[in-house]
Amino acid sequence: MSELDPHGDVTVEQVRLSAELAGAEGRAASADVAEYALWLGDDALVLAQQLSAWIARAPELEEDVALANIALDLLGHARSLLRYAGTWDGRTEDDLAYWRDEPDFRSAWVFEQPNGDFAHTIARQLVASVYLYELYTALQASTDATLAAVAAKAVREVEYHRDHAVQWTLRLAGGTDESRERMVRAVGDVWPYADELFRDEPLIDRLPGVAVRPSSLRPDFDAVIGAVFAEAELEAPGEFVAAGGGRSGRHFPTLGYLLAEMQVLARQHPGATW
Amino acid sequence: MPTPGTDEREVWPLWEVFVRASRGLGHVHVGSLHAPDAELALRNARDLYTRRGEGVSIWVVPADAITTSDPGSKGAFFESPAGKNYRHATYYTASEGVPHL
Repeated sequence: MSELDPHGDVTVEQVRLSAELAGAEGRAASADVAEYALWLGDDALVLAQQLSAWIARAPELEEDVALANIALDLLGHARSLLRYAGTWDGRTEDDLAYWRDEPDFRSAWVFEQPNGDFAHTIARQLVASVYLYELYTALQASTDATLAAVAAKAVREVEYHRDHAVQWTLRLAGGTDESRERMVRAVGDVWPYADELFRDEPLIDRLPGVAVRPSSLRPDFDAVIGAVFAEAELEAPGEFVAAGGGRSGRHFPTLGYLLAEMQVLARQHPGATW
Repeated sequence: MPTPGTDEREVWPLWEVFVRASRGLGHVHVGSLHAPDAELALRNARDLYTRRGEGVSIWVVPADAITTSDPGSKGAFFESPAGKNYRHATYYTASEGVPHL
């Protein structure tokens, strides 16, 4: 984009969107690698769709823009990952986003948690962005060149998402009585869904060096969250751990509604273009 | 959840944003935004004004902290130095390699 006038009108033709996707060198994924790319791609896609629902409804116009920027970053990650997943069986990123049903999605439950109030969205963002930062940091060393390229591009963006979530966690927890009460409630509601992110499913054993072992991310995740919570004077609730099952296609009830809204246009008007 | 912003007490303070496009240039005023504090004002400025690679540095200043000249007294305040050539340093040559002087 450097040759473009940064203040001028930018058209889709100029930008060549597909060329911007990371890891676009035409390598095909194996079945297992494609499944792993679906995990990560669906997490990003679902979270992007959720955050997009804040546009025009955030507490302030500036926060609309911040959440929309984060959603667009995540959508970019989803596009790269879904396109790579599709190289296994010849499906496009749009086939995977719009024409799979709920049991075929592989997103984890924490990404499927409802937006709730702003504190709930921030608590979910905190879990998601701290996890994704650790994940993409490690995934840069993957022996799969496409996944490593996606991770290298995503990690800097996710670092900013993490900063945004941390800043808001500190402010809501240390703000008014009401904001603190809402932040405490949100952390309590979201926390049980974090555990699923760190489970080593059988797929991971089949992808040594390619996939990041989820359980290996837990110590760094806990350390970062611990530091944020210490500063915010919050506590991670411990007892209740949600069942999860997103990696096997069992989802939180919100996903069906989310997919219905996301997919309706493509399904009612197949092949529609702008 | 009540509609945010309907209560005037919820409105965040205003900040003026200055962006430096590249090394060697000054910070230029690019606009303003709302934010609850300076740290978040910087982040909002990053999202609103530098997403297309416009800047290498951002300043945010509380709008209250800026004292402005009075637009009504423009004539006297900015009285033209035309016809006062003795005040102009026009007889010097600019050094080479100083593009932004």
